[in-house]
Formats: sequence, C-alpha cells, structure tokens
Amino acid sequence: MKRYVYINENESSHELYCDNRISNRKYTVLNFLPKNLWEQFSRFMNQYFLLIACLQLWSLITPVNPASTWGPLIFIFAVSASKEAWDDYNRYLSDKKANEKLVWVVRQGIRKHIQAQDIHVGNIVWLRENDEVPCDLVLIGTSDPQGLCYVETSALDGETDLKTRGIPATCMGIDFELLHKIKGVIECPNPDKDIRRFDANLRLFPPFIDNDVCPLTIKNTILQSCYLRNTEWACGVAVHTGNETKLGMSRGIPEPKLTAMDAMIDKLTGAIFVFQIVVVMVLGIAGNVWKDTEARKQWYVLYPLEGPWYELLVIPLRFELLCSIMIPISIKVSLDLVKSLYAKFIDWDSEMIDYETGIPSHATNTAISEDLGQVEYIMTDKTGTLTENRMIFRRCCINGVFYGNESGDALKLLNAVAGSSPDVIQFVTVMAICNTVIPIKSKTGAILYKAQSQDEDALVNAAAQLHMVYANKNANILEIRFNGSIIKYELLEILEFTSDRKRMSVVVKDCQNGKILLLSKGADEAILPYAYDGQQTRTFIEVVEQYAQLGLRTLCLAWRELKEDEYQEWSLMFKEASSTLVDREWRIAEVCQRLEHEFEVLGVTAIEDCLQDGVPETIETLRKAGINFWMLTGDKQNTAIQIALSCNFISPEPKGQLLLIDGKTEDEVCRSLERVLLTMRITSSEPKDVAFVVDGWALEIALKHYRKAFTELAILSRTAICCRVTPSQKAQLVELLKSCDYRTLAIGDGGNDVRMIQQADIGVGISGREGLQAARAADYSIGKFRFLKRLILVHGRYSYNRTAFLSQYSFYKSLVICFIQIFFSFISGVSGTSLFNSVSLMAYNVFYTSVPVLVSVLDKDLSEGTVMQHPQILFYCQAGRLLNPSTFAGWFGRSLFHAIIVFVITIHAYAYEKSEMEELSMVALSGCIWLQAFVVALETNSFTVLQHLAIWGNLVAFYVINWIISAIPASGMYTIMFRLCRQPSYWITMFLIVAAGMGPVLALKYLRYTYRPSKINTLQQAERMGGPILTLGNIEPQPRSIEKEVSPLSITQPKSRSPVYEPLLSDSPNSSRRSLGPGTPFDFFQLQSRLSSNYSRNCKDN
Amino acid sequence: MTDPNRERYRIRETAFYLFTQQSLPACKPVLTPGWVITIFLFMGLIFIPVGLVTLRASHSVVEIVDRYDIECVPESSRIDKISYIQDDSIPKNCSRFMKVRKYMKAPINIYYQLDNYYQNHRRYVKSRSDKQLLHGRKYHDTSSCQPVELNNGQPIVPCGLIAWSLFNDSFTFIRERAELKVNRKNIAWKSDRDHKFGKNVHPFSFQNGTLIGGGKLYPKIPLSDQEDLIVWMRTSALPSFRKLYGRIEEDLDVDDVIVVNLMNNYNTYSFGGKKKLVLSTSSWLGGKNNFLGHACIIVGCSSLVLAIVFTLLHLKYRRPYGDTSYLPWNRKSLSG
Repeated sequence: MKRYVYINENESSHELYCDNRISNRKYTVLNFLPKNLWEQFSRFMNQYFLLIACLQLWSLITPVNPASTWGPLIFIFAVSASKEAWDDYNRYLSDKKANEKLVWVVRQGIRKHIQAQDIHVGNIVWLRENDEVPCDLVLIGTSDPQGLCYVETSALDGETDLKTRGIPATCMGIDFELLHKIKGVIECPNPDKDIRRFDANLRLFPPFIDNDVCPLTIKNTILQSCYLRNTEWACGVAVHTGNETKLGMSRGIPEPKLTAMDAMIDKLTGAIFVFQIVVVMVLGIAGNVWKDTEARKQWYVLYPLEGPWYELLVIPLRFELLCSIMIPISIKVSLDLVKSLYAKFIDWDSEMIDYETGIPSHATNTAISEDLGQVEYIMTDKTGTLTENRMIFRRCCINGVFYGNESGDALKLLNAVAGSSPDVIQFVTVMAICNTVIPIKSKTGAILYKAQSQDEDALVNAAAQLHMVYANKNANILEIRFNGSIIKYELLEILEFTSDRKRMSVVVKDCQNGKILLLSKGADEAILPYAYDGQQTRTFIEVVEQYAQLGLRTLCLAWRELKEDEYQEWSLMFKEASSTLVDREWRIAEVCQRLEHEFEVLGVTAIEDCLQDGVPETIETLRKAGINFWMLTGDKQNTAIQIALSCNFISPEPKGQLLLIDGKTEDEVCRSLERVLLTMRITSSEPKDVAFVVDGWALEIALKHYRKAFTELAILSRTAICCRVTPSQKAQLVELLKSCDYRTLAIGDGGNDVRMIQQADIGVGISGREGLQAARAADYSIGKFRFLKRLILVHGRYSYNRTAFLSQYSFYKSLVICFIQIFFSFISGVSGTSLFNSVSLMAYNVFYTSVPVLVSVLDKDLSEGTVMQHPQILFYCQAGRLLNPSTFAGWFGRSLFHAIIVFVITIHAYAYEKSEMEELSMVALSGCIWLQAFVVALETNSFTVLQHLAIWGNLVAFYVINWIISAIPASGMYTIMFRLCRQPSYWITMFLIVAAGMGPVLALKYLRYTYRPSKINTLQQAERMGGPILTLGNIEPQPRSIEKEVSPLSITQPKSRSPVYEPLLSDSPNSSRRSLGPGTPFDFFQLQSRLSSNYSRNCKDN
Repeated sequence: MTDPNRERYRIRETAFYLFTQQSLPACKPVLTPGWVITIFLFMGLIFIPVGLVTLRASHSVVEIVDRYDIECVPESSRIDKISYIQDDSIPKNCSRFMKVRKYMKAPINIYYQLDNYYQNHRRYVKSRSDKQLLHGRKYHDTSSCQPVELNNGQPIVPCGLIAWSLFNDSFTFIRERAELKVNRKNIAWKSDRDHKFGKNVHPFSFQNGTLIGGGKLYPKIPLSDQEDLIVWMRTSALPSFRKLYGRIEEDLDVDDVIVVNLMNNYNTYSFGGKKKLVLSTSSWLGGKNNFLGHACIIVGCSSLVLAIVFTLLHLKYRRPYGDTSYLPWNRKSLSG
C-alpha cells in the first residue's frame, strides 16, 4: 500500500488521513470507568474479592457487616483508578501542549500561524532554528544554499549528535518565494515505525521541473520530535501526521512485567485458596450435620423444620465468607505502596548519582525491584556500557616515531608540533580537518565540537590540545588556528564514510597557496594497501597490531596532494555519480576509489575507549554474587575479548579458558558447537572460568538449527561473549535464557540495546553518551555501569527481603484471625458466628496490622557495606530462600500456633461469668494485636525511630481507637474497652499471651541463630559483634598478573598513570586508565589478527 | 567552611535526607546468649510470682456450686423430663440445701450457670434489635429479629430469640428460717441500663404468641429496669456461662446451711443442658479461676528451664559468634 501526498492540495487529504492530533491517552472521559474496572477485574485476586463482597450482601450468610469488605475493596479500586486517571490526565496535558503549539503552515499560498494539531498531510510546514518538528516532513527547502539542514534526533533514537539532512535533488535551487506555490506528489509508503527507512518518490508538477521522479530516502526527511539546529529555516511537506508518524507508530504500551516474587505470591495465594475451600467444605459439612443433630433439639434457636432449598448451602457459604479474610485484601495495597517506595529509594540514592552529568538513577518501572535481587544472568552491551564510549586519543606513531607512552614522548609530540616538524604538522592537520565535525562557538568563547562519531571527536579535541584548533566552519571555509596564526582551507568535497569503504576523505584547498589536498583517514586495511609504491608500510602494520593488542582503536592517516586538473576531472565524475538514481552508493564508492590511492601514509593514531570507572570491580563483585555475565556486542571479536579481559569478564590463562564457536556453514558450526559443549561438560567440575565466544553468524545458525545444544551450552556456561550480534539476536539470546527459567537483566546504552532491554525481565539503561533511548525503554536507568552493583546488591536485595517478609506476614496475620474464627465456630455450634465484630475485623486487616509492617521497608538485615563485601549472600535472594513454600509453611505454622495460644488462653481466662461476647472478642483481638507487635519486632533486624514509632505507636493507637469507639453509646462496643482495661485479669491475660506466643518463637529463633546460623545470621553476628569485618575472600581486585612484556616494539605497557602525558591529552584528567593487558594466547585460537580499528560505531548498528 | 557548604551539610544531616538514603540511625539488636538467657530468666522471675499471686487470689474466692436440674425433677418424671418441664399444670417448686464450707464475705454473688447452652449460635446472636430495645415500637424495622419478630402483625417488644428465651428459674434463700436478703438491683451493667435499653420502652405482646419460650416480663416496667433481661441479653461467647442473679449482702459463716427454694421453669432437658446455682465471693481478679495462675506458673517455669538449658548449651558449645570464616565461600578460599 502506498499513500500519495499531494503537496499543497488542501482539501483532498482531509478525509483520507488523520490530522496531526497526537494522543497518548489510554482512556477517554466516557470509557474510563468501564475500561478501568474491566482491567482491574481481569486479575484473579480482584475477582475473588468482588465475589466475596457480593456474597456479603446476602444478610442470611454474612457474618459481619458488608461494609467491612466493601469499604477496603472500594478504597483499593479507587486508589488504583485514581493513579491511572492521574497518569492519563498528565498524558492528556502533554498531548495538549504539543497539539496546541503554534507552527507556520502554508495555507492558500500564504504562511499562517496555526496550531500543530491542524496540520494535514500535504501541508507545507516552515520551521525555524531550534523548532521542534511537529510531524514527519519531507524536506523541500532550507536556508543553506546546498540544501542541507541539521537535526537533533535524540528524542527519536537517542543519539545526541547532529545529523545532516538534505533536500531532494529536484528541489535544489527553488526560490524562497516559489516554495509557497510548489505543487507535486509524493508517493510514500504507509506509516511504519522504522526510523531508518523511508523509500519514497517525489514528482513536482509544472512549472517546476517535471521530467523525472526523484527518489527520496530517510536523508530527505525530518521526523516528528526532532529539533532543527544550526539552520536558519527549513520547510517540508507533511507526509505522516498525528499518531501515524514514525514516532507515533513506535510508541506502544509495554506489557507489564511480573516479578518472580509476584508469581510466587500468586502461587501461595492459590494454595491458600485451596486450603480455604477445603476448610469451608469440612466446616460446611460439619455445620450441616451439627444443625440436623443438635440444633434441632435446641428450642431456643427455633430452627424451622423445613428450610428453603438452598439451606444446605447456607452454612458452607457462611464459612466461605468467614474464611475469606485468609487472603488478605490489604496485601495488594501494601505491596503497591512499598514497591513504589523501593523505586523512590532508587531515585533518591545519592550514591547512584552520576556526578559528571548530575543525573540521578531512576526507576521507571516501580513494580519490579524485587526481581533485581533475583538476577541470575546479566546481559551487557559493551560500548558505552562497560566502556565510557568516550574516545580519548592516547598514542600515535608518526613516521616511525612513537608518541604517547610513559617515557615522556608526549612532550616530544608537543615539542614537535611547536617546532614545526612538517610531518607532525601535516599529521595534526589531518586530525583536525579530515572529518565532518561542526565547531560551535559557545557564548564564553570556548569551542564545542558536534561530531557524528566519537572517534572524530577525540581526534579533533586532541588536535586542539596540540594547538591545532579547528576554530570555525563558515560555509565551505574551514578556519584552523595554529600557534596564533589562522590557516584557512576551502572544503571542496567530502567523501563520506561507509562501512564498506572503511575510510573517509576530504578534499580541501589551502587558501594561502591554492594547493588542493586529499586528506584521508580509515582502517588500516583500507588505507595501507593504497600507499604509494615507494612507502614502507610494514612498520605501520606492526604498529597497528601492537596498538590493537593494547585494546586501542587504530586509525591510519594519509594524504596526497592533488593536481588542479586531476581534481577538476574527478570532481565532474563525482558530481555525476552523486546525482545518479540507480546504485548511487556504489557509483560514488567507485568514483572515490579513483581519487583515494597513492597515499602518503602519515601515521597511525590510537584511541582508547576507556573502561568506565569501577567496571572490573563491579563485574567481579556481581560474579561472586553468583550472577553470570554475558557480553553481547556488535563489536569485533578481538576488541570484545580484549575488553572482556580488561574488565574481569573472563580470566586470563591458565585460570580461564576461552572456547570459540565459529564456522560459516552449518556443519562447521555444529562441529565446533559440539566440541565446545564437550569441553564444557568436562571442565564444569574444575574450578576454571570457562567462557565461550560466538559471533553473530555462528549464533544465527546455532539458534536456528542447534537450539537444544546451544541452550545446554548456555546453561553450562557462566560467561559468554557474543560479538557481531544484531539487536534482534541480542533479544533472542535474552529470550533463550528466559525460556530456561532464568532471571535475566539486560543492560545497555544505545538504540541497538532497546529490544534486549525490553525483552529481559529487568532492563537497565545507561543514560550515557548515546543518548537516552535505552534509558527510556528500560525499567531502570543509571548513570554508570558500576551503579549496577548497588542497584542489585543493595536495592534489589533489600527489596526482595522486605517484600518476602511483608507478603508472608500479611498472610500470617490474616491466618491468625481466621484460625481463631474457625476455632470459635467449634464452640458456637459450627454455625458460622463471627467472634469479632465488623469494625474490628476491618480495622485489623486494613489498619492495625498494616501500618507496623509497612515500616519494614526500612529494615536492613545487613548493612550495605557487609553486603558489598560478601556479595555471595545474594544467593539467598536468587534461590528464593526467603519466600518459598517452606518458609511460608513456617509462617503458616506460626499463625496456627498463635491462634491456638490466643484462643485457648482467652476462653479459659474469660470463662463463666466473664464470657460476655463483646468482651471476649476484644480480649482475643487485643491478644492478636499484642502478638503482631512482637512478631514484627522480632523479625525486624534494625530498629530506626520510625519502626519503634510504628510498632509501639500502633499498639497505643489500637487502645486509643478502641477507647474512642467504646465511648460512643451507639456502638456495640460501648464501654467494653474501658471495662477491660480496668481489669487486672485482662492485662495478665495479655502478658500471658505474649509470653506463651513469643517464648517458643524466640527460643527457636535463638537456637537456629546460634547453633544453625544461616550465612545471613553469621554475617549479622559478625557485623554487630566484631566491628569492622575482616575482608576474607578476594574483595580487593587482585593485582593482575597478566601484564607481561610482549612488545617486540619499543612500546611498553603503561604501568602507571603517566604524569606528563595524562593532563596533556586526556580530556578528563580523572578518568582512570585501566591497564589493558595483552591477552595471553588462548588454546583455541591465537590472536593472530590485530584488533582492527573500526573507527565508526556503525557496526554497532548492524 | 563556606555558607553553601554548611547549608549542604545541614541538609545532609536532616532526618528526611537520612530517610531517603535509608540510613536513619538504627539499633540492631542481636540475639546473643546473654540477652536471650536474660529475657527468659526475667520472664520466669516475673511470671512465677504473678502466677502465685493470681492463684492465691483465685483460691481466696469461696464458691458453692449446686447442680439442680436433675434433682429438681421428681423421681417419677425423670424418665420423661421434657414433658415434665413443658407441663404447666405441675408446680415446679423445688428445695435445695447448700452447706457453706468456708466463711463467705458479703457481697456474695448469686449466679445461675447453664452448660451446653449455645448463646453464641449464629441464628441466636443475630436475632435481636438493639434499636428497638432503645427506642421501642417507634423503631419499626425488626427484620433482624427473625424468627420471633411479629405476633398477629404486631411487633413484639423486645423482639428476637434472645429475649424470647429469657431464663426464668427463680431462687429464694433461707438461712436458719430467716429469708436471706437478695439484692437484685444493679446486676446489669449501668451502661446498658442507661444507654442500651429504653427508659420508656415497655414490653409489648411479649410471650403472647403460640410459641412460649422462656420467662415473661412485667408489661408495666420499662426495659431499662428489667435487669434480668438486660443480663440475659449480654450473650455469652462460650457454651458454658454464668449470669448474675443477685447478691447476698450478708456474710455467710462456716457450716451455715442455706435452703434454696427455686422454681425450676427453664427447659434445658430437651438439649441436655445443665443448670447450676453458684454462690461465689469475688476477689480483685474476679471469680474463682485457677487457669490464669496455673498458666502463669507454667510459662514462668518453662522460661526458667529454657534459660537454664540455654546457659548450659552456651557453656558447653561455645560458638564463636559471627566468625565469617565459617562462610562456605571463605572456607573455599582458605583451602583453595
């Protein structure tokens, strides 16, 4: 399907296509209530509560006032609904703001200021500098004479650098005034969400050039939500509007994630439900039997001889209602509340603020913090995640002279520049101007560079620090400030980088002497073979290899002087090639090839992509915590392995072993897979770090044909490096591990990680240099990789522990009261009498027992420092040791025990003349409340003021509330509480209940704590008794023994920070340097191939 | 220190900041042997004396219990007690003798005790209307009183099963031929008389229907003065309960013999319930109830035993506390 957009035809498109009204809303005013209710009632728990609440309306069976269920139920629903409504209202406001923004649109040939929502397909929209693009436009004119404009696409793909967009060839040179009257048709595809493709055609109607169809690509469009930068004005034709834009199409409501803990709680709820049904059936039968045998004899009950047909059902239903509190209605609210608090704690954490950018960590998804504590696999991206993605120019080799190691060569380089050594100056000139960087002068006079690639950024900045400052770009004139003088170059052509050519060049004319120069930079294999005949390139090859082994990205710089006529001749061909419609890219490449040869190679630059601070420590700590790491990168194998080595990802020989899965055909892959699997099985018993390495191609085959074997491998292997993988393969790998029932966490920073992040149980985005795209899609966004340690070990672990306690406690307290009701039914003729009155029951569930347990969100079983030192303790969370059927059985038993204690003591202490119903019920209730307070206190590991306040304050509040109720003559409890509090026997009973209920629990806990301590207990004891804990285990990263003198050349490994070099060239002196050890050879493959410099990040996008 | 720095420092110290960082000062109690043993020792030392005092109070209460429901049925009718009790023509007089074994100090509470009587049956407890008790016939909605709600279309006051089944045995006490004065006032809670039962509400059409339950009420006396009814309507949560009948305001001496003349009207025979007459003094703890004392002593003793056991355990198996070298990962790292 195609859509035909008629430019400037106002009427025709109105019916066909929607207007530009953006709507992100989930509800409207009318459908809010039904839709929201429907959504809420699709959950089993809510259906259950609704059923119970409905049953309670039948007064024959309801044991208590229906308000005791309806009240909380309505409250819970109202809270959820208002949260939804509030979110939706905010979405509506932001939509409205965007919709009512004023834009310039051509209407009837005149430019008018209209609201953005009134733009129709086919309208011509005018934008000024720094305007936001209101809909998807096809460019037809800009202020730039070459028809270029710059856009910032960060809102769309998260990339912060400026992108160049150009007008289609047919629109070249159309007069500013004529643009208003332009007519034509754009044949474009129906809306889709691919932001990298736009295959369309443009045909202009007479009087404009009407000879041919002009093809359009994504380069000719500017998409909704981008910003126009560095361009005075631009105008374009609206092709997709409203929710049909590329941005609008890619928007979607992600599926809510369910944590493992939620699943477990649901399972336990199910078990309780079954238990409840059994209890109800047993009691129902017993009740009916008792009624027929005993109750008929009791004349004072006055049972009718003939009951209605449903008589048999009445008693079971009564018990169903009586037992309905077994599933606590408050658990959902409590959990929602504490979960949002966990998320808030992450947002607040001042130790997870990236002080470089000032961005705090943020939990977008507030519901899955517990999962963080149960992570088993971390899938990490490399560039930008493990590394800074900030390239720093480290070393270079000019004409066989090495600069930039600790021996102070950097000074030499600076001296050489200052001393006008021609080679060096030429080298630095190429660094400064052979690029597509745009210098922007800020108000303070400093020059900022907007670069499309980080490598270019690094080179230009390094050149600037070497006094070769790329100062200004004025149309085609480049200004270079060098040692106080200004050198001007006229930029003639840019031979752009493509991943096939692996190099880029510029043709410039020196304005002083009129010489035309070709300056090139590129990967070694794209430059060195084209050196002029006489040049010795052997040194360069060795240098490149040497640098690559140090994990540096290398680029070769070269130049050539062009003759005037050679350039003119080539220029014509280039122009012709640039305007071809068929195979344009290939033609251009071919033409470029004709110019890019006979290079004089100037030298090699080495750029380091620094590891982020604390990456090795983070990986080591998390590895100790039992988390397996997989590196999924689009980068090359060797680079990936180097980085993996340097950040503790894999251990060097002999401790570590790398197994390579490769092959181009199915057979090869199969064989290598089997071999690796075999090795893996053998070595799985040895304490050896075995990792497998697979590349995208082999992975494709393995996933397609040998999924089973690969899955087995995935389970066996704790570490894996997958290189050259595409975004969808990343997502597939996550899916694979998820299907094996592992909890996965995906962390990444770029647009290529979004799918993996969304696929994983937990997605973490690094709000890094590649923009915010990943961070937006993620559940958590953090500033630096090292915060992951804190996120998992501190926040994840605490969240898990707290939720484990809170959920089980919620069941416990409901069960206690429910068991008491059941016991009471045995002494009340199995008739389903409720011992407690409605108010007490409701307040018990919603208030008395919820408040103290809510402060358990402040509980810390171990201090943060201890957890960091003993990350292995995370095992308890991963294995779900704190919330599983057996721990739950413990709580179940405790609730049964406590119910028996409370019930037995109450009915015996309040026997005979004291057995008045209201009094007895209050005694039992206060017994429960007292026990609750002590249970919470016993299970609390650290008491802050808030905990004391909540636990003991709640106890006081219980009495105050009941005194107030007891003071109201109309209430059923009138004077009861005053009466009780005056009785010494009441207080003795309370202390007896507490002592008898808590004594055994305390004794058991003490015995286990002392004589069968869990690892957590041991650490608790150590922490609180011994002061600072001895760091056993290898907490500090070991001195790495892999640094080895391997360099055949004179390059020595920097062993320490070089005091001279660092401040000179690195743009942040504090960025610590990781010593990148050269890998010791692995048994399956040698590092025969150098880490070739892939100097663009394009391969990440593959 | 510059001003903004101090400001920041101050903010860092505020409670809210500490709360957001989850680093509020906290005390972390540890279950050390010392603490736990002390707690149990303390519990033992508290509960044993409390138990003893409680038991003493309970023992100081003198109580005479006399079951009369079987004895008061003439020998001839014992085979079919139900028809005996339901036969209105037979006089239900009965005399019982109670011997005082211990000096009883006034006031002496007179209770009647019913066993196996389910005042807590759901059908029973629900069958009342508190509003009607307070407002009388002005309050029309008596649907909660089913099945004793209406009589000939007229609402019954007081309605409901509880009132309808009012206990109606009566007792008089004679000591040495002189009638003992029984005070039958103030046996109900004052709050009930003042706020739960109307001063202007008179019984209406009560026990007039085809089904006669328990006792009758004087139509002339307002409900707030019908204390037997008020006591009866405080339903018991247990199937065995005692309700106050009155108080003897004279001391009873050892070996006094009290003759009780009673009207054995109330039917407990159809469901095998027991009726007992109880004379009891009271202590600061209430009536005779050894449970609390025994339970306290048991809890206290077990606490002491636990404390001793824990001490011995602690002395015998001294375990280094918080020795992280016990952690498996550390053990591994030591050996390997």
